[in-house]
Amino acid sequence: MTTVDDDRQDPQRVDTSVGTVAVDSVDSLSTKPAPPVMPPGRRFAWAIRGWRWLTSMRTALVLLFLLALGVIPGSLLPQRSLNPQKVDTYLAAHPTLGPLMDKLSLFNVFGAPWFAAIYILLFVSLIGCLVPRIRVHARALRAQPPKAPRHFHRLPESTSYENTEAGPRELADRAAATLRRGRWRVVTRDEADGVVTVSAEKGYLRETGNLLFHIALTVLLLAVAAGRLWGYTGSIIVMDGNGFCNTVQQYDSFNPGELVSGQSIAPFCMTLNKFSATYDKDGTASSFKGDITYTEGVSGPQKHDVLQVNHPLRIEGLRLYLLGHGFAPTFTVKDPSGQVFKNVSAPFLPQDSAYSSQGAIKLPDAKPKQIAIDGLFLPTAAETQKGVLTSIWPQATAPKVAIFAYEGNLGLDSGAPQSVYSIDRDQLANGALKQVGRKNLGPNQSYKLADGTTITFTGYKEWASLQVSRDPAQTIVLIAAGCIVLGLVLSMRLRRRRLWLRATPGDPGQGEHRTVIELGGLARTDAGVFSDEFRQITTRLRDKPAEPDGED
Amino acid sequence: MGTTALAHLSNTLYAFAIVAYAVAMISLGAEYAYGRRGRVARTSAVAAPEAKVLVGAGGPDVTATSDSVTPPTDDDAPRDLNLAERFGRVGVALLILGALVHAAAVSIRGASVDRVPWGNMYEFTSVACLVAVVAFLVVLIRQPKLRFLGGFVLLPVVVLMFLGGTVLYAQAEQLVPALHSYWLAIHVSAAAVGTGIFLVSSVGTILYLVRVHADKVAVAEGTEPSRVRSLGSRLPSAASLDRMAYRTVAFGFPLYTFGIICGAIWAEAAWGKYWSWDPKETWALITWVIYAAYLHARATAGWKGNKAAVINLIGFTAMIFNFFVINIVVSGLHSYAGLN
Ligand code: HEM
Repeated sequence: MTTVDDDRQDPQRVDTSVGTVAVDSVDSLSTKPAPPVMPPGRRFAWAIRGWRWLTSMRTALVLLFLLALGVIPGSLLPQRSLNPQKVDTYLAAHPTLGPLMDKLSLFNVFGAPWFAAIYILLFVSLIGCLVPRIRVHARALRAQPPKAPRHFHRLPESTSYENTEAGPRELADRAAATLRRGRWRVVTRDEADGVVTVSAEKGYLRETGNLLFHIALTVLLLAVAAGRLWGYTGSIIVMDGNGFCNTVQQYDSFNPGELVSGQSIAPFCMTLNKFSATYDKDGTASSFKGDITYTEGVSGPQKHDVLQVNHPLRIEGLRLYLLGHGFAPTFTVKDPSGQVFKNVSAPFLPQDSAYSSQGAIKLPDAKPKQIAIDGLFLPTAAETQKGVLTSIWPQATAPKVAIFAYEGNLGLDSGAPQSVYSIDRDQLANGALKQVGRKNLGPNQSYKLADGTTITFTGYKEWASLQVSRDPAQTIVLIAAGCIVLGLVLSMRLRRRRLWLRATPGDPGQGEHRTVIELGGLARTDAGVFSDEFRQITTRLRDKPAEPDGED
Repeated sequence: MGTTALAHLSNTLYAFAIVAYAVAMISLGAEYAYGRRGRVARTSAVAAPEAKVLVGAGGPDVTATSDSVTPPTDDDAPRDLNLAERFGRVGVALLILGALVHAAAVSIRGASVDRVPWGNMYEFTSVACLVAVVAFLVVLIRQPKLRFLGGFVLLPVVVLMFLGGTVLYAQAEQLVPALHSYWLAIHVSAAAVGTGIFLVSSVGTILYLVRVHADKVAVAEGTEPSRVRSLGSRLPSAASLDRMAYRTVAFGFPLYTFGIICGAIWAEAAWGKYWSWDPKETWALITWVIYAAYLHARATAGWKGNKAAVINLIGFTAMIFNFFVINIVVSGLHSYAGLN
């Protein structure tokens, strides 16, 4: 009986008998690299040793762990690439620890040098491990099943019986034929004294699947990197009725890969004809639609499409997404000098699910002082008990604005970039800009300031936020991902296994035919399932399917 | 029947399922507690390390392990056995009943909202638990002697379903437009199935570790493992628990991989990028990498057994963390939890 200790240390192998023969054979059923052994004192021994270490299973394991660990801060700490404002808030809140964490790239984990080190090491390990494995497997695919071991009783599965009808040759041939029909790879060999053996092997596809998985994983990582280098995304807010063309300057924000040049941006123009949103009774959105006209290339024919969430426009090498929408209130402002700014507008950003939206309108050309308006646009305004305006419905059924007016210097000349959605608070703080009034306005209501300025809320427009993406390697990523799943299914569902049969002629004195048949087998994984299979095969070969075998 | 009435019916059935599972849990727990070491320990000890003997010996023993009915009565302690046996049968019957009622609850929930019934955390929990129960039933068909482990599988299921029905509960509602996609059906169901299967695997793994410990104690005390009258030594052999843990991961891992890939395909259509390091995605990747490490560890000398088992549990912890902490505490693109 197998000892308890064996159970514990080697659960995968408890089904195999303790003998080393069986264990070695099990390992020879995969292309797993041998544990690193120290090469003898040759020159470059350290390099060889290092390489063996890097491509060993153990290192792959450690690197996988490091990868999992390394990703964690990227998911728990704010990341610059996702949300730079949150990073700033975090840094402000943690003045001592923050900068240190920043130095360790903890706010930019996925671009950090140490993160790159982990995945490059893993990648090299993967390739370094794969190349020899592919060679070994290619050899195994062409090789014949190995010779039968001398003693079957040391194999995880073994049995024997006698046959009195035929000689070893015939029985072995019969067995080989049966196994071949079961799609085993079979070879028959003659041993001394008229003994015939059959070696059979099956399930090569398991290792093929495993290699497919690792190769596809490698390809996927490469394709992801290529997409990052040669791809780009740009986002832009487009008002109803307006349009844009695909040039870097037009985007509100543009994130190119390191190898993207201005020329590589495909020409393409579009106009947003009409944005529309529909809502359920409870105020959750049921659909967003952007009706667009576009041209591919510099002067292609005009085409028409409807953008929806989950339904981007896909044209040659580009994808155009509808990511969000919002309102842009329009105002007519008359400054004290008599100058009229008619229907000025700017996109306001939605703050909640009922689209209370915040934004700012800046009039640097107003005289004698620059004028700004900021505040809230409420598509369906209602007053709370405290008298504060809030929106209760995401569609513009009863729009109102709650605004502040400012006069003074907007600080636009300072050169520092300003958010288009808010006024520069520093200018307020240093007194260059002053709040001169506040008011809630309904449609076409006006507000007159002390200096004669009038602000009229004239209505609203809708806008859509669009994103243009290009990722030249995306299709490769998808195909590789498909191969990953296929490879996994093959390597998880299939079992590589070997079977041997030895037919020995019996004592000649005891009758014409008395052939002793011994059978042995082993499987690399899921020995329990193989046990059943082995039993079935044994019964089939004996040609007495109904009766179980009597002894070992 | 109106939509609200359907939703109510679904909730009632959900509650019934919890009750059925809870009673099944107690019943199977009782089988575990009353079952004399005789049957349980013997069948399980025979099962794995001596598979060779089994095959050789053939006959009734072989049918005992592969048959879905219980093995022939043991002569050791027939009275106890019968009691345990009865508890076991009642437990499995309740388990099947619970699963049927649960499946009905899930389907009716789907009908009441006219979409797939896994759009928020409550619904996801419900589906994942159903999968765990079904996965365990499948394990039972293959390895019937593991029946009395049902209590251990049902404990987390009952707790999760209780949390799901109380803390995580969300009214039957429509979903935001980003969720109007058949990818919801595919991506989330693959994730839910993976979750349920990994749950079963982690239970097997914990029991494996308990058993290994019990064996160690037994060896230290110089007694045969089956003689020790501790709960641990009544568990099936370490080998069969380990095999159960491995098989479930081997089945769940490709599915989970498929689920992540479907998520990426969906993200490509909905968010403009197939991968954006959203916290939820990131933790799915962490979970995936850890389970990959588990599979690797099992093939790495020096990492088999205990260490691999611990990796399995870390993987499951990462998945649970993703579900509870990331969904509730950390906001990202995936904020569809349905909680306010
Ligand atoms: C990104 C990194 C990697 C991932 C995610 C990964 C994942 C996997 C998975 C899921 C399996 C299936 C295990 C099974 O069949 O039971 C596997 C098997 C295997 N991996 Fe990797 N792997 C990675 C890197 C490597 C590296 C670097 C090596 C080389 C040392 C390696 C060598 C192997 C081998 C030899 C097997 C087969 C084990 C066996 O025969 O049971 N893998 N890997």
